[in-house]
Amino acid sequence: MLLIRCPYCEEERPEVEFSYAGEAHIARPADPSQLNDEQWAEYLFIRTNARGIHYERWCHRHGCARYFNAVRDTVTDKLQMTYKAGEPKPDAIGPSGGDK
Amino acid sequence: MNTFRRPGRGRTHPEKELRFSFDSKVYTGYEGDTLASALIANGVHLVGRSFKYHRPRGFIGAGSEEANALVAFDRGPGRKTPNVRATTIELFEGLVAHSQNNWPDVKFDVAAMNDMFSVFFPAGFYNKTFMWPKSFWDKVYEPAIRRLAGLGPAPTQPDKDHYASTYGHCEILIAGAGPAGIAAALAASDAGGRVILADEQVELGGSLLSVPQAVIEGMPAWQWLENSLEILRARENVRLMPRTTVIGYYHDNFLGLVERLTDHERSPAAELPRECLHRIRAGRAVLATGAIERPLVFADNDRPGIMLASAAQTYLNRYGVVVGDNVAVFTSHDSAYEAAFDLSDANVRIAAIIDLREGVPEALLEEANNRGIDVTTSAVVTGTSGRHRVRQICVNTMKNGVVEGGAKTIICDAVLVSGGWTPSVHLFSHSKGQLKWCQRVGAYLPDAPNENTLCVGACNGTFGLSNVLEEGAKAGGDGRTYKTSEPLSGTGEIFQSVPTDRDQTRIKAFVDFQNDVTDKDIKLAVREGFRSIEHVKRYTTNGMATDQGKTSNLNALQIASKAINRPIEQVGLTTFRPPYTPTTFGAVLGYRDGDSFEVTRKTSVDMWAEENAAVFEPVGLWRRARYFPRNGEDMQTAVNRESAATRHSLGIFDASTLGKIEIVGPDAAEFLNRMYTNPWTKLAAGRCRYGLLLGEDGYITDDGVIGRLADDRFHVTTTTGGAPRVLAMMEDFLQTEWPSLDVWLTSVTEQWAVIALNGPNARKLIEPFVDGIDLSLKAFPHMAVKEGKICGIETRLFRVSFSGELGFEINVPAHFGRALWETLYKAGEQFDITPYGTETMHVLRAEKGFIIVGQDTDGTVTPDDAGMSWAIGKKKPDFVGKRSLARPDLVASGRKQLVGLFTEDPEIVLQEGAQIVADRDQPIPMHMIGHVTSSYWSSTLGRSIAMALVKDGRTLNGTNVFVPMPEQTHVAKIGGTVSYDPEGARLDVV
Ligand SMILES: [Zn+2]
Repeated sequence: MLLIRCPYCEEERPEVEFSYAGEAHIARPADPSQLNDEQWAEYLFIRTNARGIHYERWCHRHGCARYFNAVRDTVTDKLQMTYKAGEPKPDAIGPSGGDK
Repeated sequence: MNTFRRPGRGRTHPEKELRFSFDSKVYTGYEGDTLASALIANGVHLVGRSFKYHRPRGFIGAGSEEANALVAFDRGPGRKTPNVRATTIELFEGLVAHSQNNWPDVKFDVAAMNDMFSVFFPAGFYNKTFMWPKSFWDKVYEPAIRRLAGLGPAPTQPDKDHYASTYGHCEILIAGAGPAGIAAALAASDAGGRVILADEQVELGGSLLSVPQAVIEGMPAWQWLENSLEILRARENVRLMPRTTVIGYYHDNFLGLVERLTDHERSPAAELPRECLHRIRAGRAVLATGAIERPLVFADNDRPGIMLASAAQTYLNRYGVVVGDNVAVFTSHDSAYEAAFDLSDANVRIAAIIDLREGVPEALLEEANNRGIDVTTSAVVTGTSGRHRVRQICVNTMKNGVVEGGAKTIICDAVLVSGGWTPSVHLFSHSKGQLKWCQRVGAYLPDAPNENTLCVGACNGTFGLSNVLEEGAKAGGDGRTYKTSEPLSGTGEIFQSVPTDRDQTRIKAFVDFQNDVTDKDIKLAVREGFRSIEHVKRYTTNGMATDQGKTSNLNALQIASKAINRPIEQVGLTTFRPPYTPTTFGAVLGYRDGDSFEVTRKTSVDMWAEENAAVFEPVGLWRRARYFPRNGEDMQTAVNRESAATRHSLGIFDASTLGKIEIVGPDAAEFLNRMYTNPWTKLAAGRCRYGLLLGEDGYITDDGVIGRLADDRFHVTTTTGGAPRVLAMMEDFLQTEWPSLDVWLTSVTEQWAVIALNGPNARKLIEPFVDGIDLSLKAFPHMAVKEGKICGIETRLFRVSFSGELGFEINVPAHFGRALWETLYKAGEQFDITPYGTETMHVLRAEKGFIIVGQDTDGTVTPDDAGMSWAIGKKKPDFVGKRSLARPDLVASGRKQLVGLFTEDPEIVLQEGAQIVADRDQPIPMHMIGHVTSSYWSSTLGRSIAMALVKDGRTLNGTNVFVPMPEQTHVAKIGGTVSYDPEGARLDVV
């Protein structure tokens, strides 16, 4: 069970308090109607599935209920850092699992 | 006294004699024995039959690594555990155990003919057989395999024991209380942090318990051990945990420990849990898990009496039991000599030491010579015989690694084997630590850790007592040195599989004893093209038994490596997975059993329902009244009565489980516009609207009535099961996509009790109780909401209907729920008010064609599929899921659409989930065009009704489709979904 630092609570808490919420830094298009089918499918379905560094979202479900971002190495399962939603994508240490 | 006891040796208590039974025969042993040591003391070695060939098997080890001696441990009804290692069962007065996997008994086992027909059971037999015609599998192979193979039978009664679980924290958790672990604990606890020292055995001490002759700091090993434990016991920051197995090592130094609390007691106190699962977060884990001796792979190496040398040494020194009178030793490692010398010193005849190596340390040969033990080097055991126990072995000499002819026969009643040591890196590997092949040890050793982990002692490839103690102390944070006696030597050679002069196709040399995998099987797998060790493992099942290959993985790897002709470090190692040893489901479950399996959510009216004989059903985590039978009614009769009462007069229903979310803020309407398909801007305060929620993929995910209480305040209801999901989805969009919207979301599901009144007399009932709300048809029409008071209690009163009748949903603060319910129920007697449950609610809504999300939809249903395009705000530029509704697959024809289904025979109630076909005469497998989603008997309509998702269903209106069931094929006509009061006139009954 991972220990995850909630950037809002500023505390390291056990994984059971959190829920995973998919890949990070995939913004919903401002006007989906402007996207063709292929572009919309890309937004809707296509994910990095990284082997290595992965930018992902977590929600501190049973804590402050805030969504935030994390950098995790999917090979070692180590969380390198967490940061608030809306903050810029940070540089990660280690081999990138694909940069999208 | 037992024949094979050696008085004065061991740590057992001869003054406390215990009776026990094995296979219904009564034996005696001593307190401190294991079932294994007590049986060996009685000369019993044959304790089971092997998995595949049903060969006679005895003990191979003395601890948790045991692969053979699995027994059924019988602690009475509801307390029978199959497949327990006899080497880990602590003896107590009256203990009962049975051998397993044999019929009629362990000495005469009918299925042992599998052994003679073993040519039919090579590696991959199961996989290959699957490819044969299906009928062969169903009728011939599967029944035969089920009868013959398998481990002990699963218990037939519910587990009578209960289990505990707890969380814990410490600075240092030490797994294994051998010399390294104890030295680590002494050092670590000196520094003041919290230390946990856990060991799977009843006594702490590990390998020290088997070597009383060793000397540490000038004192006998057992004295040093007792002194050290005394120090540790006295320290408040130390927790000693015997009988506790560290079963798994997870992320961020989170470790799972199972403590066995009562299995060793004859009649444990009823309140004691059998086991406790400890989940410990440790600052650092020190792994001192030791090493397991490796068997040698040679022909017929599985007869009872053939065991690891270290096991025989443990039986002697720890339990005072000798494993035979006339013992042969077969080894490629020095450590077997120590066992031989100890046995010799206990007046056991050592028939011979057969050493595979050319060179053996002089000191060992000298010691052997002193004891008159015959040592043959460059020699090999090429076979064994003895029906139920080894009686003799064949020994050949080797020249330059080639076996020479002229086998010599040696009579013996036990054979000690040693092929070196395998460090127990399981836990290190669980934590994703990297392993590295070490030629010196002939095994994989811990390399770079992935967690804050230190490996010490034999599990780290460190041998020699002072080395081990010092490494332990260092891990605990101090640099002290230890003076100890040292074994004569500690070297060995690794032999992939032992050379032989025999026809290798005709012998069985076992690698994995528990799964009956031979070296031949592994070579066959390689010949058939398997190169990855993971594939070889799965094809041969080597290492896949309950011991997870503790004694076999390295031998299998070496044989595979040689067969593939690739260095072992390139072949790799199979993955270790938790748990380290077999773990009961009970321990994993802990308290989450029976009524505590999961939370049961109850509404404020729940107790009233219970007092009034409601039959309940689980909905999500809620329990809901399903129906209220009167005078022994069955469900259908009760539902008929409840629905008739509601349609004709008045029904009362507890709708408190509805999910409720309050959405407040200047941008509340805009937020709802973006979330729901429907338009919200123009909805006036005091009015409600049905809301449909899609996923971004365009499929229906939830629905519910949403009331606007004020311009900036909405009361949203969701499905009972969907409330947490919907709130999470709303929070996600609000926080991460539209953070600029000024909106607050609050779950109020538990804050409001909801009493639904449905039926033509609903208004008449509540009118006298309501203050501040004009209930007249004009002032308070269908889909209105107002805040006011009922019986003096603040209320949010909705005029909505999920039944098609005049309906009200009265929200009051939850703690007033029951009081209001009882007041209304009493006052409703004049209208013959009838409480109804979810079943009647379902029938009433189905008569009206209202969908239940998750029943009539399945996550692939669009609003149009459900016939609900009317719920989509056509002018809205965007909402969640809107863009997906235009995706090619979602606008294509051939989608399944929700329709009504009316059986030709009105008495037939279709089964929900039943498949639908267009042509009843087509051959099997038929082409299915849809399935029934909802189906009920409608007493109101005097016939069955159903809804179904059918391919292009709406275009089939009026045509017959077929529902094939095992007993007969039903005919049904497709129609509309609304079967009752399509004009909605009943809503406005005055
Ligand atoms: Zn938080």
